[in-house]
Amino acid sequence: MPILEGTGLTIRFGGLTAVSNVDFSVEQGEIFGLIGPNGAGKTTLFNLLSAALKPQSGSVRFKGQEITGLKPYRICRMGLARTFQVVKLFGNMNLLDNVLLAAAFGREHRINRVKAEEEAAELLEFVELPVGEETLAKELTLGRQKRLEVARALATRPDLLLLDEMMEGLNPTEVAKAMALVQKIQGRGVTVIMIEHVMKAIMTVCERIMVLHHGAKIAEGTPSQVSADKTVIEVYFGAKSNAGS
Amino acid sequence: MVTFLDIIISGLLLGGIYAVTAVGLSLQYGVARVLNIAHGEFIMLGAFLTWFLFTTFGINPLVALFISGLILFGVGFLLYRTLFTRLRISAETPGAFEGNSMLACFGLLFIIQNVAILCWGADIKGYSFLAFPVSFWGAKFSANRLVTLLFALVICLVFYLFLSKTRLGKAIRAAAQDPETAGLMGVRINRVLALCYGLGALMAGFGGALISMSYNIHPTMGLEYTMIALIVIVLGGLGSIPGSLIGGLVLGLVGSIVTHVEPGLALVAYYVIFMVLLLVKPSGILGK
Amino acid sequence: MGIGNRTFGNTPAWIAALLLLALVAAAPLYAGVYTVILMISVLMYMVIAVSWAFFSGPTGYISLASAAFFGTGIYTSAIFGMVLPMPLVILLGALASSGLALLVGAITLRLKGIYFVMFTFGLVELMLNFILWWEVTISGTTGRVVPPMSNQTVFYSMLGILVVLVLVVFFVRRSTYGLALQSIGENEEAAAHSGVHVTAIKITTYAVSAFFMGAAGAVMATRWTYIDPKIAFNPLICFMPVLMAIFGGMRPLFGPIIGAAIFTYLEQYLITRFPYYYMLIFGAIMVVSILYMPEGLLGLVQKIRIRIREKQHANS
Repeated sequence: MPILEGTGLTIRFGGLTAVSNVDFSVEQGEIFGLIGPNGAGKTTLFNLLSAALKPQSGSVRFKGQEITGLKPYRICRMGLARTFQVVKLFGNMNLLDNVLLAAAFGREHRINRVKAEEEAAELLEFVELPVGEETLAKELTLGRQKRLEVARALATRPDLLLLDEMMEGLNPTEVAKAMALVQKIQGRGVTVIMIEHVMKAIMTVCERIMVLHHGAKIAEGTPSQVSADKTVIEVYFGAKSNAGS
Repeated sequence: MVTFLDIIISGLLLGGIYAVTAVGLSLQYGVARVLNIAHGEFIMLGAFLTWFLFTTFGINPLVALFISGLILFGVGFLLYRTLFTRLRISAETPGAFEGNSMLACFGLLFIIQNVAILCWGADIKGYSFLAFPVSFWGAKFSANRLVTLLFALVICLVFYLFLSKTRLGKAIRAAAQDPETAGLMGVRINRVLALCYGLGALMAGFGGALISMSYNIHPTMGLEYTMIALIVIVLGGLGSIPGSLIGGLVLGLVGSIVTHVEPGLALVAYYVIFMVLLLVKPSGILGK
Repeated sequence: MGIGNRTFGNTPAWIAALLLLALVAAAPLYAGVYTVILMISVLMYMVIAVSWAFFSGPTGYISLASAAFFGTGIYTSAIFGMVLPMPLVILLGALASSGLALLVGAITLRLKGIYFVMFTFGLVELMLNFILWWEVTISGTTGRVVPPMSNQTVFYSMLGILVVLVLVVFFVRRSTYGLALQSIGENEEAAAHSGVHVTAIKITTYAVSAFFMGAAGAVMATRWTYIDPKIAFNPLICFMPVLMAIFGGMRPLFGPIIGAAIFTYLEQYLITRFPYYYMLIFGAIMVVSILYMPEGLLGLVQKIRIRIREKQHANS
């Protein structure tokens, strides 16, 4: 059963159609990739899924239930969590508190502070961030901030995790570590949809990929299918491929 | 007996004043990003300066209007170049700047009010100017009210043309939409922001002068006008200058009608509109 | 900041606080009438400042409506003071203010902070207008009389309200609810995506802060005994808690308390010495505080302490 289904999702900003009639479905347990050139509408699609934005038409079904129009906190508690392209941490709170908060409020039922602290500490270890420090979130390096955001998202015990450009700005070693982390997350039984520009990561880690361009879906399939698709090649390499032929 | 026409003219007069003052606030918030809750105090200063120039030097209020406006423009421009620029530089985020500048205006509110009371005392003042009746279409109006209405509409029109036709006006609109890009395209952002704040104060000065021609004035009159200007800019749509014009006229008409039916409830009526607006369409009439 | 959650785990601070409380509570026994009256003012301002900072501090939503809630409490006393026992009147005043805050919050706290600021700015004048119109047109009275209470009773009532408020604020800041409040101020969107029901928490907290302001108002009405709408809804009460919290510092619990103490004494001094200038001075202090003391007085003290510690380390 698909854990997430989007049907005819559309949103316009003024004259610009950011997401145009997108259909897709993601199976439980898979790692699903979302790629496309800059401005293709990937983050906007995430915003539609997590209810940061409301679609003008179309609907989203999560675990068989219609979630279009619900508020973000409800969707979070139902089991859909996300990270953000531009990291949105609670800068003046320390690492533990950042994750603790999500643990306490993000599940189906509230849990008390003691339990939340335990879970938060465990998650900070899982993403390999030093635990028990009074460091404030805003003092971390970008790579660590991104991992903190992942820990925070995981604290809500999601069934589905949306990762938005988790590997942006990371060096090759860090990218490899991030890829390993994504697979560890899958190992915990969490379905993952990831937006990435680091092609190597996407092609290696994802089982299926969807390609967006100017807000519309132009291809979908396994990494090898997508990388061989003519439209995708044209979109990414444009004149180059024409010059070659 | 008060006729329908009386109510409409009063409404347009009130609306014209509201529109002029709201446009000023819209410039200050929409472009310079300062929620100037001391706006009403600038209006009050405009009113008192006009009263002062007329009663002490006999200067025609219609001329004093320009003098007051210019003085207040200078005050606003300087304030922005000193206080608000300093706040803008030291603010961590744009949100922090908006909050801090608003609070700074709160402080200014009390400073300006106190200064006015020190200069002119706390009593109600007024003066008589063009207070003779004029009749057309079978109804009688006070000449000063008609002149005020005329001036208000002319000011709004001139300002609208300034914004849409002149280079500076276009720079201002660009800065309102997207300060960063505007800066990259050669708009001298710092100067434009200070200019907008100054222009906002200028409009406040004009508004105050117009008010003084038709109504009595006192140093604590500002608060109400700030409130009304805030409602008007939300009604018209935050950031939309034409919206402030329309919103001002609408609110003025509502005020006139309500005052006719039940005097003393005009402000309450404005707030009811405000509440409904926030519940139904916070982006306002012409908002995005 | 770590401060709010981890301070006062140490016993000496607790003992000092309790001693101070005992000292203050015994005041009517040893201090003169004038001092007790002054202390009532201090306590009142502390309640309003701390209540204000309880909501506006962590969330960053700046409420300019304190006088509306305080005034609602005052007016509740004015309406019911003659017919109901005082404790009930105080409770009613607190509930009425909460109710008003719930209404305001429900309308504005779903939206961006700027609408909240604009709406609360005009609320005092609106209440003034509305109640004035009502009293003149419908109930036909121009002023109301509230049965007076002794200075001692007023003093202890206000102290009691302050103590309860401080306890509430203290325990909330250490709870997950307090963390949620802080997260809303840090990044509201992220908080919502972490499962925090942002709007509900904002509205509830706002109502709680108004509760205490209303209670304080109901108590103070008995000191002034003659109440009319202009006396009850005084725009200065919107300004003062903001000034006190900004000057004293918003985040730690004791910032607004210290700010309130300093300002009440300052106000008393200035009103007698410079009756024509004091608003100008306060306005100037506000502007200067925002420009040069972004963390408030307490923040300034902290910075100095850190500097001193740095110097000591450098020397050792």
